Amino acid sequence: MELYNGERPSVFRLLGKYMRKGLYGILTQGPIPTHLAFILDGNRRFAKKHKLPEGGGHKAGFLALLNVLTYCYELGVKYATIYAFSIDNFRRKPHEVQYVMDLMLEKIEGMIMEESIINAYDICVRFVGNLKLLSEPVKTAADQSMRATANNSRFVLLIAVAYSSTDEIVHAVEESSKDKLNSNEVCNNGIEAEQEFKEANGTGNSVIPVQKTESYSGIKLVDLEKNTYINPYPDVLIRTSGETRLSNYLLWQTTNCILYSPYALWPEIGLRHVVWSVINFQRHYSYLEKHKEYLK
Amino acid sequence: MDLKPGAGGQRVNRFVDPFAQISYHFLQFLWRTLHLLVSLWYLQVSMVQMIEGFLISSGLVKRYGALDIDKVRYLAIVVDSEEAYQISKVIQLLKWVEDMGVKHLCLYDSKGVLKTNKKTIMESLNNAMPFEEAVEKDVLLDQKQMTVEFASSSDGKEAITRAANVLFMKYLKYAKTGVGKEEPCFTEDQMDEALKAIGYKGPEPDLLLIYGPVRCHLGFSPWRLRYTEMVHMGPLRYMNLGSLKKAIHRFTTVQQNYGT
Repeated sequence: MELYNGERPSVFRLLGKYMRKGLYGILTQGPIPTHLAFILDGNRRFAKKHKLPEGGGHKAGFLALLNVLTYCYELGVKYATIYAFSIDNFRRKPHEVQYVMDLMLEKIEGMIMEESIINAYDICVRFVGNLKLLSEPVKTAADQSMRATANNSRFVLLIAVAYSSTDEIVHAVEESSKDKLNSNEVCNNGIEAEQEFKEANGTGNSVIPVQKTESYSGIKLVDLEKNTYINPYPDVLIRTSGETRLSNYLLWQTTNCILYSPYALWPEIGLRHVVWSVINFQRHYSYLEKHKEYLK
Repeated sequence: MDLKPGAGGQRVNRFVDPFAQISYHFLQFLWRTLHLLVSLWYLQVSMVQMIEGFLISSGLVKRYGALDIDKVRYLAIVVDSEEAYQISKVIQLLKWVEDMGVKHLCLYDSKGVLKTNKKTIMESLNNAMPFEEAVEKDVLLDQKQMTVEFASSSDGKEAITRAANVLFMKYLKYAKTGVGKEEPCFTEDQMDEALKAIGYKGPEPDLLLIYGPVRCHLGFSPWRLRYTEMVHMGPLRYMNLGSLKKAIHRFTTVQQNYGT
């Protein structure tokens, strides 16, 4: 699969493709992760390091992203999630935010124009996050690309934009509440729980005994799980630049996820990082499967 | 580590082309050799880390001599539940943490093994107080004793579910008044308040140390991990003071921009 036109001569590209195929043949003797997630960290540092003009780091990062998605697709990974823009990123300098929004709009429109290629490779594109925070042109383009690729299923690309995990959790609570209201399940349980809440507030004791909320609970854990933006959960999360935190990304979904932090800046990410994450996934597959079973 | 073949490891049908059989076995051999080489690599890395840890513990590496421990306002330690049964190791680790001057600590393992052994662990520490007691007596800011919070998987997503029900019930109460027919709309601050209302007052850790085979937080409360630095320390049985000092020292040099 070739998502871009590289500048190298085609014989090297062919050689690279067949070597990758050989490597995938070895790796696929073991379990392959269903879902890889990425935090694209280090674009600005890359631009500074290579003295690129403003936005140069993000452009290089986009090329790196296409390469990584190619490797995921070829390896048989079914889902890839990328952290394109966080709600916190809106606090950056306005011209920087505008640049990223313009770049995103340009790339989404490019994707819409190449719809036939995307559909030929059976790729589904989904934008997840608090999309109401996006400007109208970006939101419209995102909706259009999602509609155009909705029926594809070989590879699902989830683009987290205007996203944060805490916002996602609150959104899941809201959606679960709406579901409960619509299904009229509350009824008597709701009245009893309300009494409980009144008593707790009335005595000044703001701690509601855990057992009592459980017996009256309307929303269940499975409801929240169903209403998160991102499903299924990732198997490996790769954050470049050596940073070891999640920065409010996929906090809910990473209970059984391997966290991998290579020192490479995002535009420097390559096949070796994807391969290393797959190898580590295979090393710890049994352990994480056992942990998942325990938590069910 | 327990390697399991995946979908690519196809069942060998004796009636299949012999070439396919040979290539299957050859690929299996290459796959296992690759993993053997990776295991040797990790073994070498562990040995280097152990030697480095020993040198740091002995004070031979000056860089880790003085730690700015005040930067670690809240430390969390995640332990693999099977390894958490090594209570003596856990107690030793906590004594090191206490001696280093950490004031607030959260101990987590998903199955609640550490919770079950809370009394034994607290009795072994010189100057520590359970987190709940510190909250009740309002002495969280008191720097004389280390507070220790015990957590398990029921304090993560399940706690958030309980808080979700608090918010939902509040909404129902409001909806019953008939003022407006707005849909449920909550904020992160309201979620914070709901969690505190049901007893979850633990703050977000600055640093989370993971003792286990995998770098994975194993279900630590998702609401408390937004900007937490996570460091994998390896299996608990190989813990050493030097690696602990190095991890904390490294944390004190990290600069976060919080997305801006």
